[in-house]
Amino acid sequence: MILIWLIVILLVAGVLAGLTGRISSVLPRVISLIAVSIDFVISLALWAGNSAHVKLFPQSEWFKEIDWTWVPQYGIHFHLAMDGLSLLLIVLTFLLGIMSVLISWREIRDGVGFFHFNLMWILAGIVGVFLAVDLFLFYFMWELMLVPMYFLIAIWGHERRIYAAIKFFIFTQLSGLMMLIAILTLYFIHHSITGVYSFEYQDLLGTALTPHTATLLMLGFFVAFAVKLPMFPFHTWLPDAHTEAPTAGSVILAGLLLKTGAYGILRFVVPLFPGAAHEFAPVAMTLGVIGIIYGAVLAFGQTDLKRLVAYTSVSHLGFVLLGIFAWNELALQGALIGMIAHGISTGSLFMLVGALQERTHTREMDRLQGLWATVPVMSGTVMFFALASIGLPGMGDFVGEFLTLLGTYRVSIGLTVAAAIGILISTLYALKVIQRAFHGPNVNEWSLPDLGVRELAIMVPMMLILLWIGLYPQPLFRTFEPTMRKLEQYAAPQPVVTMIPGANPITLDGGRPPGIDRR
Amino acid sequence: MNGTDLIAILPLLVLTVAAVVVMLAVCIHRNHLLAVWLTLAGLAGAFASLWPAASLAPIQVTPLLVIDGYALFYMGLIIAATFVTVVFAYGYLERQAGYAEELYVLVLTAALGSCVLAASNHFVSFFLGLEILSVALYAMGAYLCARRISLEAGIKYLVLAAASAAFLLFGMALIYAQLGTMQFGQIAAMLIGGVSYEKTLIYPGLALMVTGIGFKLAVVPFHMWTPDVYEGAPAPVTAFVATVSKGAMVALLLRYFYQTSAYRLHQVFVVFSIIAIASMIVGNLLALLQNNVKRILAYSSIAHLGYVLVAFLAGGAMAAEAVTFYLVAYFVTTLGAFGVVSVLSTGERDADSLEDYEALFWRRPVLAGIFTLMLLSLAGIPLTAGFVGKFFLVAAGASSELWTLIFILVVTSVIGLFYYLRILVAMYKSPAEAGEAAAAVPSLSHSGSYALAALTVLLLWIGVYPAPLLDAIHHAVLSLRLF
Repeated sequence: MILIWLIVILLVAGVLAGLTGRISSVLPRVISLIAVSIDFVISLALWAGNSAHVKLFPQSEWFKEIDWTWVPQYGIHFHLAMDGLSLLLIVLTFLLGIMSVLISWREIRDGVGFFHFNLMWILAGIVGVFLAVDLFLFYFMWELMLVPMYFLIAIWGHERRIYAAIKFFIFTQLSGLMMLIAILTLYFIHHSITGVYSFEYQDLLGTALTPHTATLLMLGFFVAFAVKLPMFPFHTWLPDAHTEAPTAGSVILAGLLLKTGAYGILRFVVPLFPGAAHEFAPVAMTLGVIGIIYGAVLAFGQTDLKRLVAYTSVSHLGFVLLGIFAWNELALQGALIGMIAHGISTGSLFMLVGALQERTHTREMDRLQGLWATVPVMSGTVMFFALASIGLPGMGDFVGEFLTLLGTYRVSIGLTVAAAIGILISTLYALKVIQRAFHGPNVNEWSLPDLGVRELAIMVPMMLILLWIGLYPQPLFRTFEPTMRKLEQYAAPQPVVTMIPGANPITLDGGRPPGIDRR
Repeated sequence: MNGTDLIAILPLLVLTVAAVVVMLAVCIHRNHLLAVWLTLAGLAGAFASLWPAASLAPIQVTPLLVIDGYALFYMGLIIAATFVTVVFAYGYLERQAGYAEELYVLVLTAALGSCVLAASNHFVSFFLGLEILSVALYAMGAYLCARRISLEAGIKYLVLAAASAAFLLFGMALIYAQLGTMQFGQIAAMLIGGVSYEKTLIYPGLALMVTGIGFKLAVVPFHMWTPDVYEGAPAPVTAFVATVSKGAMVALLLRYFYQTSAYRLHQVFVVFSIIAIASMIVGNLLALLQNNVKRILAYSSIAHLGYVLVAFLAGGAMAAEAVTFYLVAYFVTTLGAFGVVSVLSTGERDADSLEDYEALFWRRPVLAGIFTLMLLSLAGIPLTAGFVGKFFLVAAGASSELWTLIFILVVTSVIGLFYYLRILVAMYKSPAEAGEAAAAVPSLSHSGSYALAALTVLLLWIGVYPAPLLDAIHHAVLSLRLF
């Protein structure tokens, strides 16, 4: 039952916020903040409660589950379930949700009620995506996230918001419909084999498919997730949407919506079509590496600060894609940490850029220059997250990228080398931001207020979490581990990487540098 | 014909009587509200009489009409949609100069014709129903005769509908000449029953019939009248043309082609595939070029009928269910969309330009919210009936492996998104950017608002919990005996 509450609280809060928006502009913010906070606490409680649970019953599939019949005629169930993977992503969702409400406190002035309605409903859709294990429900939630996000960009965005919003909508809708066709085909094939109409994830796993069909269906799912991820060459909606969205929109896009793509590949593409995914892995990994380098190069070429951060997402999510398709323990752990750390570091960067824009009314780096003199705390914070984003050891992104590279090394040395070059380029763009915008003389004579209490209250926890993930990621691994085992088991018929016989599963316990014990 | 038969066709009789009563009432005492109440009472009575009829179903009444679950389901749908149209028409006509009452006589007559189509399994009742419907529609389209555009719509519809009816009649004649029967069941027996017969006239006959049917459905290439009639006719009448008139024809299409198994003929399949593809592509592409909301909705309805044909071609019980479900969703959505247009319309003109909708959200948030939901439903976005409907259409197509058709459906529906979003963009424009037309807060009629609220609730209910409706449709379609 608790799972449905996670969603219902958000939906109700959204409606309440929308209704109270006409009376007051503070009430919707407070309602939203309370609702997301409650959900955040619930998710943390679930996490704390289940770390013990996992150890006791490592075989059990889901921590929590609800399963209601929805449309019996077509075998559709309202089936939500939570395991380690979805739990971690949901905690991240609520964390960034709280930050989004806080960061919009001053930025959004018009239509406050409707803004928070949309915000809450996007979050509800994202939670639904992470929890749904009935493919109809999954598709339902997948599409549900879309509309409020569209409104967020189209109403509260910047100059070219309409263009960006429509592009975003059409890209995701078209790719989503491809997935719908794949889902339905799988459903009918499953029916023709078993005689049972079912959209259940568990039922559809292991459906016998001819290699040709499996490849086509896999591509149908993959394209939907690749657009969201975004994978080169389907990334073109992203810079526009991220740049034009209001800060909260960018945070949710980068921090959460992109993760739904990665989640979909992890949860559905590989387990449902292990053989086809294995065949496809070299292509996907190559595209991932292209994304890493291409995103980083384009980021380096930007003069618009927000656009720059947007392109870094293409680069970072390239690592996630690489890690997922390398499909071994190290790489998968790397992908997971990469997803979470990217959500926090890039989300924070977007918030900082938003704060900067609120003060200076520009995002052009050339017009900023020399801000360190006037806003030292803010500049330091930007530097912290910029360094995190290029993978400085000790912060979350480093762990993710390092593990991904280690895991990929076992599959393809060439791709690992190329991906590592991508990290190198990321240093360039990060340094460029610092040099162009913050260092140097304050030629434009900016005199700005530094980060206020509210902003610090957002940034400090984000920094701490990033450091925590960087220095002590074991709790995340431990939560993820049972799920990872299951996922590997589903994909077992053709293991992507043959395990070394007798080798213990890699955990990062014991303080040794990761991967060393394998060599 | 005996007492049982009369009870079975009670819904038709009630509609007939209601039309006469309203006409007499207008003669005796001309009062708008009275006419509306009589009309609504007649429709409610007809709806209520579906249950006594259902207790007798399935029953063949004369060789012309069959009253079965399927016919009754569609009759219910038609009557309910007419009811909503009348409610919108009341608020709309209150603002117009000139006599309003006669429209209701026409609406009731048109509803009667539609119900006959839904129950017809004979060429004669098919043609009779069609003409009862069409003749009423000619006058309804041109009802606001002070407006030139309305007259144009009426004349255009008259000329083209009359021509298409002639095609249809000729097609029927050819098939009758060849097979010697006009009964669907007997045609089926001859087409698939292994009886050897000369096919020379069958295909021309079918082709001519497809022309007549295609005209009513407004599918490409028989769609030319649609945008002009949609634009010119008063908004509630447009709603009626878009829903009831098309819905009745779809009901007949399913029964005729499924019961006679004509859809299994390769040629028929090819022809309908071409029509479906052309409708989806042309409808969606041309809608992109429009700046008039009614015209946008007109082209989008062409595309939607194209989608329906995809599921129709899939064949079988699942397809019939998908088509019917989609049609219900389409009814609710289209009525809602044109309902918004009609409550915003004034005495001078209909609210059909995009400028009328600029910044509507900041002036009338609830109304804009309703219109948003209707448009999202047309676009097939979750929580709305349109989403579930489109899902079942694609499911029906996938179950019969009509990959080309499905891909075209998917791609064109994404194109379609673009023009729905254009309306949304206009509605959510900030007041500062909107034109001067957007400054006023429009006043709404109460009756129309209630109807819109009811439609919205229905839209969400079907979108979130479609199981009961599916159940009802399942039982209704059972009587087509496709299993």
